[in-house]
Amino acid sequence: MTDPHRQQEDDRSPERSVPRGPAETSLDVGSATLEGKRSRPAKAREPIFELSGVEVAYSGKVAVRDIGFDVAMKEITALIGPSGCGKSTLLRCLNRMNDLVPGATVAGTINYHGQDLYGSTVDPVEVRKRIGMVFQKPNPFPKSIYDNIAFGPRVLGMKGDMDEIVERALRRGALWDEVKDRLKTNAFGMSGGQQQRLCIARTLATDPDVILMDEPCSALDPISTGKIEDLMLELRERYSIVIVTHNMQQAARVSDMTAFFTVQLEEDGHRTGRMVEFDETQTIFTNPNDERTEAYVTGKVG
Amino acid sequence: MSHQPVTAQAFEEAAEAPVVGQASRRTKVEGSAFKWLLIGCIGLSFALLATLLIDVAADGVSRLSLDFITKYGSTVADNAGVRAALLGTLWLMAVCAAFIIPVGVATAIYLEEYADETRWYNRAIEVNIQNLAAVPSIVYGILGLAFLVRGPFGMGSIILAGGLTLGLLVLPVVIIAGREAIRAVPPSIREGSMALGATQWQTIWRQVLPAAIPGISTGVILSLSRAIGETAPLIMVGAATFVAFDPALQSAFTALPIMIFDWISRPSNAVNDYASLAAGAIIVLMVLLLGMNAIAIWLRNRFEQKW
Repeated sequence: MTDPHRQQEDDRSPERSVPRGPAETSLDVGSATLEGKRSRPAKAREPIFELSGVEVAYSGKVAVRDIGFDVAMKEITALIGPSGCGKSTLLRCLNRMNDLVPGATVAGTINYHGQDLYGSTVDPVEVRKRIGMVFQKPNPFPKSIYDNIAFGPRVLGMKGDMDEIVERALRRGALWDEVKDRLKTNAFGMSGGQQQRLCIARTLATDPDVILMDEPCSALDPISTGKIEDLMLELRERYSIVIVTHNMQQAARVSDMTAFFTVQLEEDGHRTGRMVEFDETQTIFTNPNDERTEAYVTGKVG
Repeated sequence: MSHQPVTAQAFEEAAEAPVVGQASRRTKVEGSAFKWLLIGCIGLSFALLATLLIDVAADGVSRLSLDFITKYGSTVADNAGVRAALLGTLWLMAVCAAFIIPVGVATAIYLEEYADETRWYNRAIEVNIQNLAAVPSIVYGILGLAFLVRGPFGMGSIILAGGLTLGLLVLPVVIIAGREAIRAVPPSIREGSMALGATQWQTIWRQVLPAAIPGISTGVILSLSRAIGETAPLIMVGAATFVAFDPALQSAFTALPIMIFDWISRPSNAVNDYASLAAGAIIVLMVLLLGMNAIAIWLRNRFEQKW
């Protein structure tokens, strides 16, 4: 782990913890959570992303606006909300994937370790080296399993024994035992769930700081989904994860913090995404502040 | 459901009729007539092709021998062979491929991956490439004559000029095929690569191009098999009809279609049967051409990526 940012971790002052809002007391209930799956001691949270007043537009049409929340280090932050609320759009701003869409513009500030992600000196390629992404549909490269993993380290010019790098990534991706005997076979021969774990392992191979997941389980069956959720909880020990999901149970099961987005009809007739509420996942699901959040998480709408 | 009162007779009839009714006689006749029309069309084209092949084979098969391949041309028909023409054709194809592969693929990459389609000049390039694909081959011959053989390049009537002229002729087809192959690589592959921190160039070179190679090579081979039969442009750039040496890049040359054209246009008689020579040369050309098409089909089936 040679990531300079990660070494700074201990030197950073914990003064900027995630704003909690009125539901602060929920912490005292203890860290036992909805599913009892997680138990994390309450600790000072260091922000890895700080968003404020973020607005994303495509060719002048605003897709999502007024977004502000912090993503804490080594936590899972979930973005939930109905279709078209801009949660995927926002996720794609966090590693500047939106730069690839002609006409996409981002206003407001997104700080990454205190540095403006959209600053004029920031190279988007460098950003993506540190911030990995897993997509909705598994997108393995049409190559062998080995080459799928080795691609990232190779283009990044990572030093070291490639076999070791590949094995480590596959072990972290909880895939090693299933594929160790067929590393040279084409990745397209794997099941959908395995392909998605391969895509996660591929991201891990470059040793990123953050992993962004855009509905990573929406194309998978419940068993594969369960495996990926277990994997996410394991990965939280090392990585910070931001996940967009349509599946509210998933957000409840895996995430520490949840941002709820909704679609709002603007005066000019356009629909834009807004963030309604950001809080501890438990609070969002049991005692939300906003009635729109409550209606959504209890299944009254959406 | 009918709302008319159900009579006993109608009820019996309905009970006897199968649930799914039969097609009316008229529909059936129309359906089979259309099918037979289509079969007829296919049959006609096959019959024409078969007649041509059988006729050529019958005329030319007597000429086929190792001598026919290894001997140079001769005014004595029985001593003539296609050696110079065959080598000339192979040289032309080599020059043509060396020109169209890098230029065609680079153009296709630019248009698919870099060009901003909202710019007028990129749209102009695109439209004109499609237009160029439809320009008659003789026009390319004139271009080759004016610019390569004479004019600014002044190469003379050499293989290089002939190969480049054929290259210009099929370049638009290669570009179009290359673009289609590149476009067939799903955007999710590019996204996956970029998300790992690869640059656009690394993504194209290491992901998009390897995945597009089967499609690109199929396009290149099919373009070459079009170029191999072209006669008019070669006549324009001054291909010779009689060459009694092995051609090289900078030498005068002849080619199979030119040879065929020359032999066909000579009067045949009992002593000098040029017509059968022409038929023999056509067989050689057809074997080359069908071989190239077979490679293209094999490549497509073997390496085609199902996404």
